[in-house]
Amino acid sequence: MTEPMSEPTPALVASPLLEAKGLRKAYRDRVVLDDLDLSVAEHDVVCLIGASGSGKSTLLRCLNLLETIDDGIITFDGREISDPLVDPRSVRREVGMVFQAYNLFPHLSVLDNCTLAQVRVHGVRPDEAADRARTLLARFGLADKADAHPDALSGGQQQRVALVRAMCTRPRLLLLDEITAALDPELVGEVLEIVRAEAEAGTTLVLATHEMSFAREIATKVCFLDGGRVLEQGPPEQLFGDPVEERTRAFLARVRS
Amino acid sequence: MGLDKLDHRGQRKWVPSERELERQAVRRRLKLQQIVIATVVTVVVTVGVGLLVVSSPGWDRVRDYFLSWSHARDSFAAIAEGFWINIRIFLIAEPCVLILGALVAITRQTTSPWLAPLRFLATGYTDLFRGVPSILVVVICGIGIPALGLAGVTNSLFWLTTFALVLCYGAYVAEVFRAGILSIHPTQVASAEALALTHTQTMRFVVLPQAVRRVVPPLMNDLVSLQKDTALISAVGVFEALRTAQDYQGYNFNGTPLLVAAAYFLIVAVPLTRLTDWLMRRQIEKEQGR
Repeated sequence: MTEPMSEPTPALVASPLLEAKGLRKAYRDRVVLDDLDLSVAEHDVVCLIGASGSGKSTLLRCLNLLETIDDGIITFDGREISDPLVDPRSVRREVGMVFQAYNLFPHLSVLDNCTLAQVRVHGVRPDEAADRARTLLARFGLADKADAHPDALSGGQQQRVALVRAMCTRPRLLLLDEITAALDPELVGEVLEIVRAEAEAGTTLVLATHEMSFAREIATKVCFLDGGRVLEQGPPEQLFGDPVEERTRAFLARVRS
Repeated sequence: MGLDKLDHRGQRKWVPSERELERQAVRRRLKLQQIVIATVVTVVVTVGVGLLVVSSPGWDRVRDYFLSWSHARDSFAAIAEGFWINIRIFLIAEPCVLILGALVAITRQTTSPWLAPLRFLATGYTDLFRGVPSILVVVICGIGIPALGLAGVTNSLFWLTTFALVLCYGAYVAEVFRAGILSIHPTQVASAEALALTHTQTMRFVVLPQAVRRVVPPLMNDLVSLQKDTALISAVGVFEALRTAQDYQGYNFNGTPLLVAAAYFLIVAVPLTRLTDWLMRRQIEKEQGR
């Protein structure tokens, strides 16, 4: 790590990196998150599974304050970030996010997409930022695409760039929102390869996913969302092998068939 | 987390937690703070600028010349009559400008080889009328066309100058529309074509609706500008609001009527802009399901 990063004080190491308690989010009358609890420890890889509309994306958007929650508490690194006095940018500096639809900036080259936040937000020198971006791009097979524009790339390449863009700022927590949902199976592999590498490197990840086998393989904890709450959670072997809740069984049976 | 109460259907009813109530209080306080800051800054700046103007050495003369209540009252009715001409020209020219602009923009985006002459015409038209000062077009149309003595062509200055303004503003609006069309992402065209829509249908049902929405603010710019430029017809002697005000000014050696005319123009322009802003916001909210 080259840039300064506040080390967690010893007292906080045991407490989770990210914790949500009693989260509620409603759009008008439609309650999306309802008294939801979630805890993410450092180096955890938490997979959120559940049907479409179960609140996975909303939860991720709430966690980095893209949405204002209606009730509950979110703490990050021991600090309550759901406090209206907290500057959301101070949180987002340390939390990366990758979207289902890539959301790359089409007017910037791949390299500029990856250096924008490093230079403008984190104050990294432009040449250092470019170095870091090129290193990561090369590691994920995109070395020759640095000067291309996003629209000229395939879906899998765009999503890998989006991942690199999020990783360039060395976030302590990475939120991934169904990042393979828009990709065909052939391209899913190349994207998941990066996620796997990141998970193995110890990055803390929270990912919404429909890739059950992948979740089973890399997750340290799997959470099944239903009706806006975490209905059941546990290590993948337990949740996939022997789920307690009837609804979890029904969901797993449906996605496996 | 305060989720223990039941409503009349026996479902859990949400009651905000203590913490949430605290946060709402904080948000209200922050909001109030912003309102107070905004108000104070506005008042201070307004009063400051006002004082600066009033304390300037020539203020007394300016006030007598531009802010005479009796002259304002005397010229009010005559300028209103003149302004009615501006309004009528605007109301007629506005839809014509929008239609002409849209047609020219669409023509420039066509690809059929048969339409090549039309495309050249459309390009030439925008180049020409964006490049020529509007007042020249008004004068040429207002004086030149009647001088030709063509049979069946009106000699009414009202219609000739309206025609001139439509020509000028059609060119601007065409470019605004074209910018909107070009800003629609190619994936939209691709998905429309994938549904087997024709080029025309793609334009009509997919590209144009999005393009128009995107260019509403610059379009409003041009329409408000058109509304102001109806004053240009005074150049050929039509007694609209500005000309009437100038006439009064010359006769009575008092400039107050000019401000009265300005007020008339503002009264129409400001609500129009607010209305469009409001319509836009409502549309966006509807689309994002909030």
